[in-house]
Amino acid sequence: MEFVFFLSAAVKAGTCLLYATLGEIISEKVGHLNLGVEGMMQMGAVIGFIAGFSFGNPISAVLCAALAGAAGALIYALLTVSFKANQTVTGLTLSIFGVGFAAFFGKTFVGKKVPEAITTFFQPIKLPFLGDIPFIGDIFFNQSVYVYFSYILVIAIYIYLYKTKWGLNTRMIGENPVAAEASGIPVDKYKYFNIVLCGALCGLGGAFLSLVYISVYPVNVVSGRGWIAVCLVIFAMWNPGKAMLGAYFFGALDIASFWLQKYNLPVSIYLFTALPYLATVFVLLFTSMRKINNKKEPAWLGKNYFKEDR
Amino acid sequence: MFHIVKKEVPKTRDKILIRVGAVLAALVLSSIIVVFAGANPIELYIGIFQGCFGSIHRFGATMEKMVPLLVLSLGVMVAFKMQFWNIGAEGQFLMGAVGATLVVRLLPNLPLPIMLLCMALLAFISGAIWLMIPAFFKARFGTNETLFTLMLNYIALTFVTALQYDFWKDPAANGMPKIANLPGNALLPSISGFNLSILFTVIIVLVMYFFMNKSKIGFEIAVLGESENTARYIGINITKTVIIAAIASGGLCGLVGMFQISGVSGALSIEITGGLGFTAIIVAWLSGLKVPFVVMNSFFFAILLQGASYIQTAFQIPGSVAEMVQAIILFFILSSEFILQYRITLDKKKSEVA
Repeated sequence: MEFVFFLSAAVKAGTCLLYATLGEIISEKVGHLNLGVEGMMQMGAVIGFIAGFSFGNPISAVLCAALAGAAGALIYALLTVSFKANQTVTGLTLSIFGVGFAAFFGKTFVGKKVPEAITTFFQPIKLPFLGDIPFIGDIFFNQSVYVYFSYILVIAIYIYLYKTKWGLNTRMIGENPVAAEASGIPVDKYKYFNIVLCGALCGLGGAFLSLVYISVYPVNVVSGRGWIAVCLVIFAMWNPGKAMLGAYFFGALDIASFWLQKYNLPVSIYLFTALPYLATVFVLLFTSMRKINNKKEPAWLGKNYFKEDR
Repeated sequence: MFHIVKKEVPKTRDKILIRVGAVLAALVLSSIIVVFAGANPIELYIGIFQGCFGSIHRFGATMEKMVPLLVLSLGVMVAFKMQFWNIGAEGQFLMGAVGATLVVRLLPNLPLPIMLLCMALLAFISGAIWLMIPAFFKARFGTNETLFTLMLNYIALTFVTALQYDFWKDPAANGMPKIANLPGNALLPSISGFNLSILFTVIIVLVMYFFMNKSKIGFEIAVLGESENTARYIGINITKTVIIAAIASGGLCGLVGMFQISGVSGALSIEITGGLGFTAIIVAWLSGLKVPFVVMNSFFFAILLQGASYIQTAFQIPGSVAEMVQAIILFFILSSEFILQYRITLDKKKSEVA
């Protein structure tokens, strides 16, 4: 039974990563490596909490968080898509900005509790039928609506990327924007759409932390999880379904050190925190050594596309 | 409607004017945030200036912040010149500090000059190895180095965390998770707040200027960065060039680890980098990968960093304001690059649109 508890907690811990990872996948699919995930999550977390604390309404809090993340992404999109600025530098700057933004606006809220109305709204709800399946039901279907929404998103984003014309165009731009432009796809519009959507999802991931995962607002609520999400994209090989599994695996590792404390393991529990990164490196090496092209990063990842420069 | 054309090489005067304009515009926007924070922006900017140059001690603190940033930026610059996106300065910095600490732990009784030399050497080697790993896989299998070096930052960080909380935890620290302070014979000598690393940094800057602009290998790195095919065609040994550049880049970042623990913090900890490895990437990029501009921009960022910590105590303004101001300035400078390099032309005749 304790193991089921642990897995259920891992799903909860992995959900914030899942939102951000899904976002980063669609941004990278269009060729934009946005290292501002941490920043956008921080912006979403703080704005989500402030909105929730002020209005006491869960839906408006979540919407505000998504808007905050999207606003951060819009700065990034403007600079990298329209102004052709270096993606790595712009992303890092966005992270610095977001961390500062959250620290500044969140300062007066440190130690404040999430309002009752919101906590109740996001309480775990056992789904009928699905929740009664042994083990699976307890792990996956006795969760908050915020978690259920992420299940829907995984399916929606999978369909968007692989079953629609827009997704096909998106992936084509990431692989070869020159050919995409030549076949009449409005490259910049697609880039803006995907990048801003990525920001909104990162904002949602951040707000999951500040509204659901914690009960009292801490000094730094995201604290580096954005970077784990960037790793997770590689670990999941840019695939939304694998991102879901990966997010729960990383979520489990995130809480493992806490759960393992009582067992007096012969190895340092701090080494567990390295596992997500080591696993990611392994995947990165494996895909590049085996030259598995459909599981590799998009060919134009990190490169800007300048139409008149061909 | 309109299209964008690449400009001819912009004039130096235009470059300076546009960049100064960008910084000024950023400061105006930042002032609004400062007013939000409940302070007078003019007073605040004067405060930053005083915090950096107000006394010999404060100027020393500014230099203390500039040294690691400058050397890290130079290290990152070498790799960037080769179009090798080393964003792992943070990890190389940490591993360098681990290497330097290892020397002290293994041979605690070396005399000061030999001790410092060994620490610097092992720090350099550790940092270089930490970059050689992704460089090898990039050269051999084409593994994406941006993602790999980013991962290695966090592997280094968790490694140092394990050292600090477990393996190298100081038993004399009453259960506090910290690594023992370095003994006196492992500390860089200093005179009124200015430690020896400043002198070394001056030497490194001169060497790097020569290395990048006058030496054959510097030229080869630049050619390789422009085009691998050209490099191969004119007979550059690509593997050798990549290895030398990776050693220089990772090694310099590693050396900073030694400067930092031996000259500033006095002990290895997870906090020694303070995100400087990431700031260095921004500095190197904004400097157009040119040594003199790296020096100038490192100084500028050191002022921001030192000013931030000063206004925090003097004005009770959270340091996060400075982080935001820094990011806003960067956003504006990044946009100004566009104005410098491209020109928007309106299409007057519809028929021109192909």
